[in-house]
Amino acid sequence: MSHNSQTLPPSAAVAPAPAARAPGRKRSLQQRRARAAWLLVAPALILLFAVAGWPLLRTLFYSFTDAAMDTPEEYNFVGLANYLDFAEGDSFGVLADPLWWQAVGNTLWFTACSVSLELFFGMLLALLMNEKFRGQGVVRAAILVPWAIPTIVTAKMWGWMFHDQYGVVNDLLLRFGLIETPLAWIAEPTLSMWAVVIADVWKTVPFMALMLLAALQMIPSDLYEAARVDGANAWQRFRRITLPLIMPAMIVALIFRVMDALRVFDLIYVLTSNSEATISISGYAREQMISFQEMGVGSAASVLVFMMVAGIAACFLWINRFSHEGKEAKE
Amino acid sequence: MAQLTLDKLNKRYGEAAQVIKGIDLQVNSGEFVVIVGPSGCGKSTLLRMIAGLEDISGGDMYIDGVRVNDDTPSERGIGMVFQSYALYPHMNVYENMAFSLQLAKLPKDEIARRVEEAARILQLEPLLQRRPKDLSGGQRQRVAIGRAIAREPKLFLFDEPLSNLDAALRVQMRMEIAALHRRLKSTIIYVTHDQVEAMTLAQRIVVLNRGNVEQVGTPLELYDHPANEFVAQFIGSPKMNLMPATLVRAGEADSVVRLWSGKDLVVPIATPASAEGTKVKLGIRPEHIEWGSVAQAPNLADVLFVEHMGNETYHYLDSGKLGEPWVVRDSRRSDIAAGETVGYRLPPEHCHLFDESGKAFARRAAGNGASRIPGVDAPPITFAEPARTNALH
Repeated sequence: MSHNSQTLPPSAAVAPAPAARAPGRKRSLQQRRARAAWLLVAPALILLFAVAGWPLLRTLFYSFTDAAMDTPEEYNFVGLANYLDFAEGDSFGVLADPLWWQAVGNTLWFTACSVSLELFFGMLLALLMNEKFRGQGVVRAAILVPWAIPTIVTAKMWGWMFHDQYGVVNDLLLRFGLIETPLAWIAEPTLSMWAVVIADVWKTVPFMALMLLAALQMIPSDLYEAARVDGANAWQRFRRITLPLIMPAMIVALIFRVMDALRVFDLIYVLTSNSEATISISGYAREQMISFQEMGVGSAASVLVFMMVAGIAACFLWINRFSHEGKEAKE
Repeated sequence: MAQLTLDKLNKRYGEAAQVIKGIDLQVNSGEFVVIVGPSGCGKSTLLRMIAGLEDISGGDMYIDGVRVNDDTPSERGIGMVFQSYALYPHMNVYENMAFSLQLAKLPKDEIARRVEEAARILQLEPLLQRRPKDLSGGQRQRVAIGRAIAREPKLFLFDEPLSNLDAALRVQMRMEIAALHRRLKSTIIYVTHDQVEAMTLAQRIVVLNRGNVEQVGTPLELYDHPANEFVAQFIGSPKMNLMPATLVRAGEADSVVRLWSGKDLVVPIATPASAEGTKVKLGIRPEHIEWGSVAQAPNLADVLFVEHMGNETYHYLDSGKLGEPWVVRDSRRSDIAAGETVGYRLPPEHCHLFDESGKAFARRAAGNGASRIPGVDAPPITFAEPARTNALH
């Protein structure tokens, strides 16, 4: 204020000056605010375009070419041939590749299993942590450990735990008499996907639990008391009070987790060496691009991965916006 | 409508903290009882124990003669209105009121009938499809009450229901709650820290302090015959003035006290001979002190400041080294100014006398000199152990 009052007299002295300038050029306060807002947002937009928009456009571009990984500058446009092409009564391209569809199936299966298990266990943990007990703070901190461990480390760790001869998982199962001979968790195609799911659930349950816990703590305790007076038992209180009120936060957490799970790569790649039984769509794209040096096909696969993730995310957002309960509690 | 009986009700947290210390109380069918006390006195805890939201550590609770200590809130058949209203934010007004009825698996048309009846009583019909966030404070309050009404409970519990409302709305809702009670004739237990709410709403007031019942009685009984210093000062605003004195002559009809100023005053209060010579406190309400001329009045004091309310005037008199200033309320406008010296008189028929422990001696005079409250003939208060014997049991 003091600064203002000091500069006021001189500007008052030249008061006619703005009028002397072209009257139309004086921007309104609203316009100036909008300008300042764009200036402030610009760095973020430029950065986003550089690291997300540009690579995406490049990938889209290459998906229509026959470029190879080592010579990306030599390419011919091949139209949609990388996606799907028919020649001599046979079909080619990513969409005609059975391995792609295997990867799609694997990815959807992985996503459905791991996210629903995460939601289930995350909810249990969140409800538990929402209760008052001694050592609550320690538990809340400790629960974050799996989330903090890098995925590569998680994969290696679980790789050892699942080891068919020295692994702790087989050891425990044998000791408890649940199995008679050690299981080949990683090598056995029917088991390897479960190994991946278990490792992923272990790693990401803390995230889900903390998201849900934050939502649970927003619910005032007197709502539960009112529900008790109204005669609601524990399950009814959960179903009719808790669940609708945490739904918006739950959907956001699910979007995060589903998008992460659809893009899964490193855990599977390290834990099961990208075997066909567990290959994900990201793994497929990588294989085309790096192992086979097929930049065009790899790009086409990447674009399909992107479209799939974006499409499912859009569905979730749509559900969130139009679901009755989600809409209400968000407001 | 139901009768509620509390028998030596106790609440303990762990070994040390006893927050409710053996409360005996009987609430008659259709009665409006207000539990009042300063914050932290245990009144909300007591209400939550009655509701079944807090466990009872000791003693028994009966509704219509049936012991309900181990019943859940809904089994006790109570309806509760929370201070924060505690409306379900994701349900509209109709769903909020219907929730308990749906849980009780009532037929749909019965639910609709009851909710519409409650909505009609509380004028909520145009709001049934709204959600709590689209309602004003007073409307939310009415929905909270409607939710309790729809259950047709035996017992209504109100936990400081008006404390979140602004002053004007509070007065309006107070009248609505009083009208509701006349209409439903239900048993209501109402907790508040506001003695004005207690005085205006209650048929009987329970004054609670540190987990003990200080006194139970009609509003005017408490005003005219407070059982002890605490009740005397808690009920009435501005609060009763207390002046140090010595009991120089005890008597069954009149007693003589010597005021701090050395003057003797004969008051129509019975005191036991054993109390003669002990220190006592003389209590007098602000509206009962009378002005006198400086030349003739028995007492003189300097006026510290004067508050003009328009309809009445408060004068704060310097009590010297005795502590808080004494308040004199004049129902007229006053031309007395701060700094003036005034003479005043303490009319003996309006005086209260408290012994050293704060217990009141029995007054012969009734209240403001007005006739006794109809239907209350026997002196309602006995003075031995106020916490126990005053609870109507």
